[in-house]
Amino acid sequence: MKYMMFVATDTTPDTSSEPPADIETWFADVEGRGKWVTGDRLRPVEDATTVRVRSGETLVTDGPFTESKDWIIGFDVLECEDLDEAIEIASKHPMARSGRLELRPFWPMDEG
Amino acid sequence: MTGDWDLAEDCVQDAVERALAHWPRDGVPDNPAAWLTTTAHRRALDVLRRRRTEAGKLRELTALATFDERSAGTGPDPDPHGEVYRDDRLRLLFTCCHPALPLAGQVALTLKTVAGLSTREIARAFLVSEATMGQRLLRTRTKIANTGITFRVPEPHRLAERTAGVLAVVYLVFNEGYAVTEGEGTRDDLAAEAVRLAGLVAQLLPEDDEVQGLRALLLLQHARRAARTDAAGELVPMEEQDRSRWDHRLVAAGLASLATARATRRPPGSYRLQAEIAAQHATAPEAAETDWARVVAAYHALLEIQPSPVVALNRAVALGFRDGPEAGLDALAEVEGAGRLADYHLLPAVRADLLRRAGRNEEAAAAYREALDLVRTAAERRFLERRVREIVARS
Repeated sequence: MKYMMFVATDTTPDTSSEPPADIETWFADVEGRGKWVTGDRLRPVEDATTVRVRSGETLVTDGPFTESKDWIIGFDVLECEDLDEAIEIASKHPMARSGRLELRPFWPMDEG
Repeated sequence: MTGDWDLAEDCVQDAVERALAHWPRDGVPDNPAAWLTTTAHRRALDVLRRRRTEAGKLRELTALATFDERSAGTGPDPDPHGEVYRDDRLRLLFTCCHPALPLAGQVALTLKTVAGLSTREIARAFLVSEATMGQRLLRTRTKIANTGITFRVPEPHRLAERTAGVLAVVYLVFNEGYAVTEGEGTRDDLAAEAVRLAGLVAQLLPEDDEVQGLRALLLLQHARRAARTDAAGELVPMEEQDRSRWDHRLVAAGLASLATARATRRPPGSYRLQAEIAAQHATAPEAAETDWARVVAAYHALLEIQPSPVVALNRAVALGFRDGPEAGLDALAEVEGAGRLADYHLLPAVRADLLRRAGRNEEAAAAYREALDLVRTAAERRFLERRVREIVARS
């Protein structure tokens, strides 16, 4: 199963004193096991552009399309056996503690 | 070739469709029959490869279907000791209670596939229409399939937290049955179902102290069900209950589970502590002989690991019995001071009861009326009204 993992900020990060997880370690592990398809960081919401077409007119506005205090700051595409494996990978990502992660399964092309 | 007739047939069909798409463009191959076979074979490998990860899902669907069929019959317990069956049930339980599913869906699917209730029965228990419950079950099953939740027992390092999720579902089912939040009547069926589920979980995970703790708690509370209402259907508080009407078979089973939990020598969890409290009540021959010191100690320990105002409220009640109503009122004032149970009818109801015991009748009557403004079930309302009448008659 392929999952999109959105990496987002969170207004209530973990306050425990556990040592922070390291992104290099995380990446080396998921890449090494062939679970990582692609992924990247994204520029901040100040650099977001929203596009809509209404009645033939293209409306371009500054900023993201959701009003929120938490922002998507990156993404990873994961190829996992099942949701539990994806949860396992997500829970080891450093942003699981300083932010939050959202796992969304891909909708296969051959499914309606 | 593939050992799976349906798959082979699908793949040949698929190869023919591909041929129809490719041949006009690339030309007919030298050996069309061989092309078809090779393509079908490759396609079968593709599909098999994909299915390997989906195999769990297929097994799960088969199991869900099988359990639905079984539950349509006399009950879901044809062979509780069969190892394969046991493992399947455990996997089913963890699948139904997966934390990625909405809680209401977890509860509904557990009752449907593990407990074997019909959609109609679950709908009635949760006061929604059968169509609504059917939708809820369908959405939950769809999420299992779409998100790749597989039919398996969690990894050892996840077992404790996932078991806690299963227990939360069982406890929620019991509480729905034990205390109806709105309207008339009790739903003993649902409570009995939760007791049965707790027994099943204990059978599947016998060494987990919290599993045994929850089973003990539910059995000990359920044992009192017949005595909780009188002939007229009115609520009877525990101190006035006819203890000969408690189900002593259930009490014994509950105490046995509690002993198993204690024998693990792990620090007690929240279900075990609640079971310890229930056991003090269950083993006291008379209300007046309850070992309140032990009850208070258990509430102290419970408050340490579960600092909730409801636990603090219960501790105030226990303190009121151990050290007298004035001490209970002091403890209650602390709970009220925290201000987190503002609309909870049991807060003024407990205060009223303590005031009544302290002989402060006028204040007690006022507090009962305060509770009456907040109470939501008819049975509790009648109980509070009875108390007001008793006080007025006395003074």
